[in-house]
Amino acid sequence: MSLLRLQGVTRTVELPDAEPLHILRGVDLTVDVGDHVSVVGRSGSGKSTLLNLLGLLDSPTSGNLEFDGVPLGRLSGAERDRRRGTDIGFIFQQFNLLGGRTALENVMTPLLYAPGKQFWRRERLAAEMLDKVGLGARLASMPEQLSGGEQQRVAIARALVRGPRLILADEPTGALDIDTGAAVMTLLDDVAESSGAALITITHDPNVAALARRHYRLDKGVLTEVDVNRVLSLAEGVGTL
Amino acid sequence: MRLWTGFVGSVVEAWAELRIHRTRVLLSLIGVAVAVAALTGIVALGAIAQQSQIETMERQSGRPATLMISTYNPVTGQTPDAVELGEAFASTMDRYAITWHSRNAYTNMQIQFPDGVRDVQTQVVDREFGVMHRVRIEHGDWFSAVDAERLAPAVIVNEYFWNLLGSPALSTHPTISLPGREPTTAVITGVTPSPPFEEYPSMFLLTSAWDRIVSPEMKAQTYPSYEAWVPLELADQLTVLIQRDISGALGTDWQTDVLRNDYLSYSDEDPLLFLKILVTGVAVLILLLGALGLVNISLVTVRHRIREIGIRRSFGATAGRVFFAVMMESVVATVVAGVAGVALAVLVVKSPWVVEFVAAGIDDPPAFPIEAAFIGLASSVVVGALAGLLPALVAVRVKVIDAIRY
Repeated sequence: MSLLRLQGVTRTVELPDAEPLHILRGVDLTVDVGDHVSVVGRSGSGKSTLLNLLGLLDSPTSGNLEFDGVPLGRLSGAERDRRRGTDIGFIFQQFNLLGGRTALENVMTPLLYAPGKQFWRRERLAAEMLDKVGLGARLASMPEQLSGGEQQRVAIARALVRGPRLILADEPTGALDIDTGAAVMTLLDDVAESSGAALITITHDPNVAALARRHYRLDKGVLTEVDVNRVLSLAEGVGTL
Repeated sequence: MRLWTGFVGSVVEAWAELRIHRTRVLLSLIGVAVAVAALTGIVALGAIAQQSQIETMERQSGRPATLMISTYNPVTGQTPDAVELGEAFASTMDRYAITWHSRNAYTNMQIQFPDGVRDVQTQVVDREFGVMHRVRIEHGDWFSAVDAERLAPAVIVNEYFWNLLGSPALSTHPTISLPGREPTTAVITGVTPSPPFEEYPSMFLLTSAWDRIVSPEMKAQTYPSYEAWVPLELADQLTVLIQRDISGALGTDWQTDVLRNDYLSYSDEDPLLFLKILVTGVAVLILLLGALGLVNISLVTVRHRIREIGIRRSFGATAGRVFFAVMMESVVATVVAGVAGVALAVLVVKSPWVVEFVAAGIDDPPAFPIEAAFIGLASSVVVGALAGLLPALVAVRVKVIDAIRY
């Protein structure tokens, strides 16, 4: 059974005094446990809307979206929220660490929404996860005391601390230099692989997209699978997004 | 289990949020703390004022329940023989084991002062009258059991009287001469305070002394009334019994009335109701102003936290959880402010200056009323919940991805 399945998914926004805006048109996508998928696209191509749908933050206008075999429409708002907390980890371009909190407290934050043992053992679990991403010595550091790469590693630890089955990375290297970005992606790929989670990277950086095993291009709301050479050609400036 | 971890998690979140934004929180809560302090302080001062008012009323008409007993001939208006009435009253009091009772008569006596003779309003009472009417003593003491046996009667004068004598030290046993069958030397053993408007001399004299020194003519012109201080819950029953027994002892020529005269008997309504409503109204107004300030600050704050709320939603925080967490922040903060406010109110209300100003003259100064502290704390919780409601609604309406990219 697929972890995530989209069939003919559309997303349309009604606009006042204007034609409806078709953001996503007939998107088909299947993601299995352990998959690594990248989606590249220009600004305005519908990447954010797709991310909202994949993260159970929005509902399609039409089509079918199933998470773990359960149609999205069958889940109540609170059930979606809980499933998001349990099964989905988000990594953002701007890291989005919570200010005024240490690295440890940031990684502990998702565990505040976990039930049972994960909640009561949150400090230990968070420390172990930070150790796993190489920040075992920076537990008490505030976000502003960390470099960009370190902040993104904290964000990765935070996304993975509840053991999600799907990691959604939204421009994960967008705020990092090339070398740091590459290091972060390698780490992300490694921890995702070792945890068996599926990784979907949404990016406009072909080099980052090329690291995935399957590659998609989103253009004007239409999602098309492309091969890695096509993605790499974009990176070399031969093709266009 | 999920509910419990949810609750603990919300409190942890709320506390962390308050810790991180302590400066802002502190500033926003000063208003609430001051409002709670004002509310608690006003309720506490209200209780003291109420006690003061009660004591004033009890000085005038006795403590609840005080029964006033009077006997007269309904045709002629005459009063019965004082001795006979006294015996009937005493035996009735003994029968019902009423220990707090007193005779009470008003008369005038001419007393020699350094600047001449003056009429002195004299109240002839039993020793128990002092407790029954909360008689305050400025210097010396109220009558004691041995005073009844003194050859030179003890008198307790008011401050005005005492000042006319040159405020002699009571340890020197100052004396005055009382008129009667023959002049009698009396010793001043106590001084009652004179309010500013009381510009005439007055004194208390024990009934036993009065009986010994005055002439039969003077006694005949004085009509004592009788008072009994009985348990409130037995007052109605005893009213009937005392009326029946004294009437029975004196015969059918005499009518005996037994009436309650204490402040609680004036009406079914609480005589302090107006004061209470006024105090409560002022307190609620103060608290509302504090709450409005908090709502204002909370609303501005939550708008600055939209991104953070979006991030939390992406971690699986449900709308309910976000709502509860924002509410909890407000409640936890106002409870802390409430505790500070109550502590401040206790310090202010119990400060020597306030005690001297407000509670002066109170025999039984009330302890800091626990209900005032409770009202203060409960109000802070309610204000926190109300002030958190609007920001919590705003927080729930946040669109997650928009918020993250905010």
